[in-house]
Amino acid sequence: MFKSIWRWIQRFSSPKYFYEMSAKLIPWFAVSALVIGVYGLYLGLFVAPTDYQQGESYRIIFIHVPAAWMSLFIYMVMAISAGIGIIWQIRLADMVAAASAPIGASFAFLALVTGSLWGKPMWGAYWVWDARLTSELILLFLYFGYMALQSAIDDQRSADKASGLLAIVGVVNIPIIHYSVEWWNTLHQGATVAKFDKPSMHIDMLIPLLLMAVAFKLFYAAIVLIRTRNEALYRDRNRRWVRELIEKL
Amino acid sequence: MLKAYYHLLFRDLRLAFRNRHELANPLIFFVLVVTLFPLAVTPTTEALRAMAPGVIWVSALLAVLLSLDRLFKQDYDDGSLDQLMLSPNPLVILVLAKVTAHWFLTGLPLVIMAPLLGMFMALPDEAISVLIYSLLLGTPILSLIGAIGVSLTVSVNRGGVLLSLIVLPLYIPVLIFGANAVDVAMNGLSVRGQLLFLGAVLALALSLAPLATAVALRITASR
Amino acid sequence: MNWSEFFHMGGYAFFVWTSYGLTLIVVLMNIVSPMLQRKKIIARIKRTIKREKLTGS
Repeated sequence: MFKSIWRWIQRFSSPKYFYEMSAKLIPWFAVSALVIGVYGLYLGLFVAPTDYQQGESYRIIFIHVPAAWMSLFIYMVMAISAGIGIIWQIRLADMVAAASAPIGASFAFLALVTGSLWGKPMWGAYWVWDARLTSELILLFLYFGYMALQSAIDDQRSADKASGLLAIVGVVNIPIIHYSVEWWNTLHQGATVAKFDKPSMHIDMLIPLLLMAVAFKLFYAAIVLIRTRNEALYRDRNRRWVRELIEKL
Repeated sequence: MLKAYYHLLFRDLRLAFRNRHELANPLIFFVLVVTLFPLAVTPTTEALRAMAPGVIWVSALLAVLLSLDRLFKQDYDDGSLDQLMLSPNPLVILVLAKVTAHWFLTGLPLVIMAPLLGMFMALPDEAISVLIYSLLLGTPILSLIGAIGVSLTVSVNRGGVLLSLIVLPLYIPVLIFGANAVDVAMNGLSVRGQLLFLGAVLALALSLAPLATAVALRITASR
Repeated sequence: MNWSEFFHMGGYAFFVWTSYGLTLIVVLMNIVSPMLQRKKIIARIKRTIKREKLTGS
């Protein structure tokens, strides 16, 4: 029983099989991300009412919050697939982890920049040591550490394992970092009040926010597949399936 | 198992005492960095007190960071790390021994040096004692987390900056609570919560970090 | 609501549109960079194949 499941997993996680399958999946993810994203933007920019406190500036929320969610989500995906790669020696999982890092870092960057652009009209300064922005900044550093370690080690296999272990250590630390930063922030909070969290949100604002979050997830799914395909090609560059594929191109 | 632990611990301590001058370097660095701040800002008592907890804690953090290299570097270079991994004793215990030795050689001296720096920074007496407690609980965490970082980067040429990039973000909770404990103590408030938090993180690090370090060493050795 | 009012964003035009513009840039970069990477990888593999054929190994 377990043996057959194992064989099944190995078959489906072979880079060659993945390469063929993913080609069919990517258009679906890409198109649905586009459709949902455009609809979410339409609802967010045209339909959602003006916020009574923040005016129109709150409309940044529709990209800021999904980007921040994504940066955390992708880190989780990265750590989980790195764990799978380390424990069960599945190469595809290592590739997914390596492919996720730049995407996650770009979302963390986006969350930071949009957060500070939102902060300027709200707080009067582009950067305020708000708990969430600070946590996001630390998350970006964690991504940089992962990518730096990944590229510093020449041997591909141990680069994957080493940076994967770092991602797992990071995941254990993220809640601790998050809560200590939050706690630190409540101590030092002077005039600035965290305005990002709304106790209750108007349903017309919530729906576009959730739609944008779904669109970002689908976008990530499409991009991570494309990037993992690249990783598969590069890492298997000396294997027969890649050679045959390239000759046909 | 316990025997292996003590054996490795004393071996590391003996080796370190053979070149004593190297032992003092992180300490001197610690004092030096703290000295820079009154010179850079102002030496008035209020200004010093306001920045003291942060300055001392950041300097301690950097001093530990600089000394992390010697945790595994030499053993890696001369091949004794491979020997350790071949030994029949569980690697976790050996890692724990090395981290303990590292703490005795850097963390503990920093703790002992802290009262002097507290005086430099015009800290009141009760804050100095809290500074000692917080460093006592915090520096082992720094050694433990640092061990993961070094074991991942030990084989990388010029891994120094890489090591700080990896390790410093993980040090942030310790920094927040350690510095805050001293800050709060200056205002005469209870620091129980902060010290308990540091203790909890220490317990967590003590149970998980050696495992992660052992795995990391195996990864490093396999290349 | 007319268009100029929409682009004005209640006086927050700069912040809102910079945010959305940057998002567009990041999204586009995420799409373009793996495509370029793919081209590079394929070119590299093709080069190795050619070299191997020349040296006959």
